[in-house]
Amino acid sequence: MNKKYKTYLLSGIILLLVSVMLGIFIGSVAIDPGSALKMLASKIPGIKENISVTWEGSIEDILLKVRIPRVLLALIVGASLSVSGAVFQSLLRNPLADPYLLGVSSGAALGAAIVILTSLPFFFLGIPVVPFSAFAGALLSMFLVYGLAKTKGKLPMHTLLLSGVIINFSFSAVIMLLITISNKGLSEVIVWMMGTLNNTNYELLPYIAPAALILMAVIYMFSNDLNIIAVGEESAVYLGVKTENVKKWLFILNSLLTALAVSISGLIGFVGLIIPHIARMLVGPDHRILIPFSAICGGIFLVLSDTLCRSVISPSEIPTGVVTAILGGPFFLYLLKRKK
Amino acid sequence: MKILETKNITFSYDRKEVLKDINLAVEEADFLGIIGPNGSGKTTLLKMLCRGLKPGQGRVLFKGEDIFKLDTRFVAKNIAMVPQDETIIFPFTVFELVMMGRSPYIDRFSWEKQEDVKIVESAMKLADISRLKDRSIDELSSGERQRVFIARALAQMPKVLLLDEPTSHLDINHQLDILELTKKLNENVKITVVMISHDINLASKYCKRLVLLKNGKIFTEGKAKKVITRKVIKQVYGVDVELIKGKVLL
Repeated sequence: MNKKYKTYLLSGIILLLVSVMLGIFIGSVAIDPGSALKMLASKIPGIKENISVTWEGSIEDILLKVRIPRVLLALIVGASLSVSGAVFQSLLRNPLADPYLLGVSSGAALGAAIVILTSLPFFFLGIPVVPFSAFAGALLSMFLVYGLAKTKGKLPMHTLLLSGVIINFSFSAVIMLLITISNKGLSEVIVWMMGTLNNTNYELLPYIAPAALILMAVIYMFSNDLNIIAVGEESAVYLGVKTENVKKWLFILNSLLTALAVSISGLIGFVGLIIPHIARMLVGPDHRILIPFSAICGGIFLVLSDTLCRSVISPSEIPTGVVTAILGGPFFLYLLKRKK
Repeated sequence: MKILETKNITFSYDRKEVLKDINLAVEEADFLGIIGPNGSGKTTLLKMLCRGLKPGQGRVLFKGEDIFKLDTRFVAKNIAMVPQDETIIFPFTVFELVMMGRSPYIDRFSWEKQEDVKIVESAMKLADISRLKDRSIDELSSGERQRVFIARALAQMPKVLLLDEPTSHLDINHQLDILELTKKLNENVKITVVMISHDINLASKYCKRLVLLKNGKIFTEGKAKKVITRKVIKQVYGVDVELIKGKVLL
């Protein structure tokens, strides 16, 4: 790895830490960094005896039960969406591709909408049902898209994109139909479809975070193959890459990663599209650096966006997806213009 | 010794038969030219020699073994292909692209070694693109890009080099550069070359042997003198030409 890459990674990590701190301190109840750090330090065995309690008891609850899990969630969702966006763009050799274009997200949305809009229970044996139904929906759409696109044992990119678009339309239509015939839960579905980190069940974090990290690590192992496929599938064959195999695995792993993110946060758009672009502009298209750097940038972006969401009109909140779209849309247009 | 062989290969796109029953043998250190009119199946044939396409029937053998049964990385270490211009969307640098030629040698979990860097640098030098090293591929002219692909193929350090119209986007001086380079590799390093060419005269000047395809079949093959005659040109291309010192004049 060359020096330039190391500098970018290091500054990325520092910025990420700063954003996480900001995300923790800023909110409807401002918490001064001093007492927050003291409170956190008091949780570490060995140090806690030396720290006298000078903060209000409520701070502890806010930090440990709300702020920190939420910031970590934003970080994981941002990183997952960015990595899966970067990989989809290279796999499809289309810089405008993202998880949404391929129908994975709409499948998740349908899964969630079915539970929210029908009289299915929200909890089953104490486990929240929505993330699981969303995950199932994402898997379903993934298999449908994959099955539709597959022709003669191959996975041509244009049929893959078209199948994604078709599944997107069909699933959205079913969601609209459900909304029309149901008279409950409308605002919940809408908020979910706009994407939010607000009404998420933070207890899922210990499961989602390691799963996402493992998926990202496995995807990272394909970096060299991805570089070659990003140049051209034909050349990839000549360079000894088992193209169809690699494509199939990356498509599945990547869809799982998207499904994971969508199932806990709803449809937060633009992250998977914009962040890989920015990352590529900064560090270039080599996936060995692009994947970790996209993850870092995505984490920073979503942590900051989410902080904005819950502090601008506090005590109420803006859905996270709305903020990412408002920030991301114009930036995307700027990118398109600049390219020309 | 035969390094590449095709045994009765047939290929169809949908129902249209593009290649019929091709039997071709390429000797080690041969310099074979594939010529023929548009649509005669030249590119299809070349792609089948490096796993780019799987024949409908028949087999392709590398040193007597079916290339579809060999390990893909092993094939890539032995057979390199310079395809016709590919559109590249992401701004890889010339160095990064040529380094991809080393990928059959580089382990999945590691970065390139000093040795790979050296090989890439000498491949770039041979293809005369060293000064473009850090340029992004999308800033290059099509001729420069062609030379990048040639350098990438050289970085694979292959025994067999396949070229699909390598001179099609080049100026006359670079056409000659590339052909001279290929000739040097063929003569000095004993790389086997199979090259498609549109230019009958250049092909007959540089190739030791020519194969002339017509409608997916081998029309004739052999030394240029035997293949390029007024009668054959008339039969295959349907035009009357003059031949002076074995060169086609229109």
